[in-house]
Amino acid sequence: MRVNKKGLLAAGAVAVVVTLGLAGCAGGDSGSDAEASSSGTLTVWVDAERVDALKGAAEAYTEKTGVDVELVGKDNADIKDDFIQQVPTGKGPDITMGAHDWLGELSTNGVVAPIELGDSAGDYLPVAIDASTYEGTTYMLPYAVENIAVLRNADLVPEAATSFDDMIAKGQAAGLAHPFVVEQGAEGNPYHLYPFQTAFGAPVFGTNDAGYDPTDLQLGSAGGEQFAAWLSAQGKNGTGNFNTDIDGDIAKQAFLDGTAAFWLTGPWNVGAAIDGGVNVAIDTVPSPTGEAAAPFAGVKGFFISSESKNKVAANDFLVNYLGTEDVQLELFEAGNILPALSAAAETASSDPIIEGFAAVGAEAVPMPAIPAMGSVWQYWGIAEADIINGADPTATWQKLTSDVQAAIDAK
Amino acid sequence: MSTTIDDDVTTETPPKPTKRQRQAANIADAASGGMKMLLLKLVALGILDAVAVYAVLVLAGFGQWIVAAVVAAVAALVNWIYFSRRKLPAKYLTPGIIFLVLFQVFVLVYTGYIAFTNYGTGHNGSKEQAVSSLMASSLQRVEDSPTYPVTVVDQLGTLGLLVTDPDGDAYVGTNDQPLEPVDAEFDGDKAVAVDGWTSLQFADVIARTDEITELAVPFSDDPNDGALRTPDGSSAYQYVSTLEYDEAAGTMTDVTTGTVYSDIGTGAFTSADGEELLPGWQITVGFDNFVRAVTDPRLAQPLVYVTLWTFAFALISVASTFFLGLFLAIVFNDMRMRGRRYYRVLMILPYAIPSFLSALIWAGMMNESFGFINQVLLGGASVPWLTDPWMAKVSVLIVNLWLGFPYMFLVCMGALQSIPDELQEAATVDGARPWAVFRLIKLPLLLVTVAPLLIASFAFNFNNFNTIYMLTDGGPRDSNAPIPVGFTDILITMVYKVAFTGQSRDYGLASAYSIIIFIIVAVISIIAFRRTKSLEELN
Repeated sequence: MRVNKKGLLAAGAVAVVVTLGLAGCAGGDSGSDAEASSSGTLTVWVDAERVDALKGAAEAYTEKTGVDVELVGKDNADIKDDFIQQVPTGKGPDITMGAHDWLGELSTNGVVAPIELGDSAGDYLPVAIDASTYEGTTYMLPYAVENIAVLRNADLVPEAATSFDDMIAKGQAAGLAHPFVVEQGAEGNPYHLYPFQTAFGAPVFGTNDAGYDPTDLQLGSAGGEQFAAWLSAQGKNGTGNFNTDIDGDIAKQAFLDGTAAFWLTGPWNVGAAIDGGVNVAIDTVPSPTGEAAAPFAGVKGFFISSESKNKVAANDFLVNYLGTEDVQLELFEAGNILPALSAAAETASSDPIIEGFAAVGAEAVPMPAIPAMGSVWQYWGIAEADIINGADPTATWQKLTSDVQAAIDAK
Repeated sequence: MSTTIDDDVTTETPPKPTKRQRQAANIADAASGGMKMLLLKLVALGILDAVAVYAVLVLAGFGQWIVAAVVAAVAALVNWIYFSRRKLPAKYLTPGIIFLVLFQVFVLVYTGYIAFTNYGTGHNGSKEQAVSSLMASSLQRVEDSPTYPVTVVDQLGTLGLLVTDPDGDAYVGTNDQPLEPVDAEFDGDKAVAVDGWTSLQFADVIARTDEITELAVPFSDDPNDGALRTPDGSSAYQYVSTLEYDEAAGTMTDVTTGTVYSDIGTGAFTSADGEELLPGWQITVGFDNFVRAVTDPRLAQPLVYVTLWTFAFALISVASTFFLGLFLAIVFNDMRMRGRRYYRVLMILPYAIPSFLSALIWAGMMNESFGFINQVLLGGASVPWLTDPWMAKVSVLIVNLWLGFPYMFLVCMGALQSIPDELQEAATVDGARPWAVFRLIKLPLLLVTVAPLLIASFAFNFNNFNTIYMLTDGGPRDSNAPIPVGFTDILITMVYKVAFTGQSRDYGLASAYSIIIFIIVAVISIIAFRRTKSLEELN
């Protein structure tokens, strides 16, 4: 039998080259990072969509100080895990973009360094500063604040609703099958239901000087059970305003098709609604009780790696540069969410959509970043989904509280 | 044999070679490589060596001596093998072995290693990193203390801070020397230079980051006043530390409460009453993770029914896909069927769509109130496809059948065609009915070829993460279970949830689980393969 040995040999050689080439590349990458660290280059991991927004700021900073800023666009879903895994090996970036609810995890893993905002702390929205602080220490330079609000189809319902019931009545008056939609799904979505829960006076955790207090679980307070009862009345066996079969896509479609007039969602969906030709207005979340319905605020910002060899430059770049109005406005234009710096937030609020979200955001509370929150998330949504689907509200809520407490105690 | 071919290289080609001789010469030529081959070899090895040299330099620069040595050794070995005349088998085997080691052996060994550590949230790095991170986060700015504009100054290699206090007076101090008033040169409100010290420009500040990060100038002789530190080289703040590290005793002391946290071998500084300071560090914990996987009441209780369902899911999936595939293969193998080719293409379609996508699409179609199946096919019925525990199991099996039967169809098609038609003819002549022919002759012959594939398919479905994760995500959730498992979770998705969802990761536990799952699958496969050997005796 004739065997084409030339081909085989060539293939073998290529394979070996590729193998070692890969090994070489892996080594080469880490090598360039190491060189970078010593020669005054800041490596910054950025959400791939915001690389362009930061490019101008990075170039201007290089011009001013001679420090190169290398922006690395990363997939948003991978940033946190990659950061936690790479920092201890010395390979991670100097700075990474992230969200404040990562803080507990980053700090527990010891991969972030504290940031001193100094006197500039007063220039930020208070909710942004609260969110950037974990156990009394600031770890994040905030750049944007986002929260959910009610998107209203102003062509169907020209006036904002004054209360939850009023909202449903207005929607029904407009002849809609679903006056109001909110994303749920089989496992519930407590983030989107939280404004209603707070309206009943039942936050998740109490607070102390250092922020949220994991030992003070408020979920099971009397307000919590009232909220559960209300949720049950709005569920499958009641008015049907909440439905776990409605997920994000179905809710979006209903609003875009004009079969729903009110949609409780975040700024990330406004673009799609406007592109879909809906005349969108932003309202505060209509309260079922008369008390303010406060959503969670999510704050985005930048963290410094605890293993960074360039801490001085990193601090200088963040505090004295990214913390300026111009840069915050530039980032705002890329993401269309409210800047964290008060002055920039004011400028950005000339846009009615942003102004609407900012008005809701004034009521918002930062989402707890304490690790105990992880124990809450895993039971919270499923209990709410059960209640919506007809489970006994009081018993389910009490079980939720005891499950969460047990999970926190077990940690 | 290989040596004889290699030896042929040296034999001279006689004039007027026969056809066979020419062929032999060609083979020999190809094996040894003519000029072109030699050139290619040189170029390839040259590139490889260049990459290897670069990698070694980089790795050495990084202090990764062991890896550098391994790369150098492998590169040398590869050169030796490909320049040698007598290493023909090695020339073929080397690339494969390198791939095997890189992508299989390393991964296995590493997973095994992680299973014996406490690697996870809070135990992510080394002890030194934990200490420095704890020290950094224990620094607290003195309440209501002002911002001090500073200039970093240098005196014979010792760094100091030239500080302007809010009254406009200048002070200088170093790590060992508390602040002292000095006469300084001012630029506006800020002291920028002082006699006997060199002021650092921003570029110098950046270059000496490490020293500046360590620079803590005592505010006064009283240590309780804390120290001035500058995070950015231009402004300093007064900090006190709430933690103190005693390197000799290896303990952390909380200065405000007096609690002593010591290293008791659990990978974190722990106080007498069991409170841990996090971050901790990575240590090896022996069989802890394995013991925890089967004895922790929170994990052990769901583990039982998840394991049972995993077996049921894998077995039913294999059986259902196999029989549907076989049935269709028999039907389409029948000569009387027209347009078989088109049907066959249609049958393969589910196989061509990535299972990730199709599972998502199925999830949408099975939505109780809005899904295509309930709304259109069943005319507005509300069948709880994915929300009722039993219906969800059925749905998972249906979707997995849809995803899996084309593979079995293809396999059976091939196997059936390899069974000689004479067997069927002979049986028919002997008066056997079609069902008996199938059951007694075709199926056993078919199983000889297909059985190993069924075992492989079982192993695949045992860990069929995609279908479960994308279709139901393990749901509906079992609200009585202490961990977030659902009624359709199989072992691998449960491990994923236990180890990777929520805010705490536990890589050690996840690795231990995956080793346990590996052992289960391996044992079942070995037993099954042994048994199928008896089938082969039929042939």
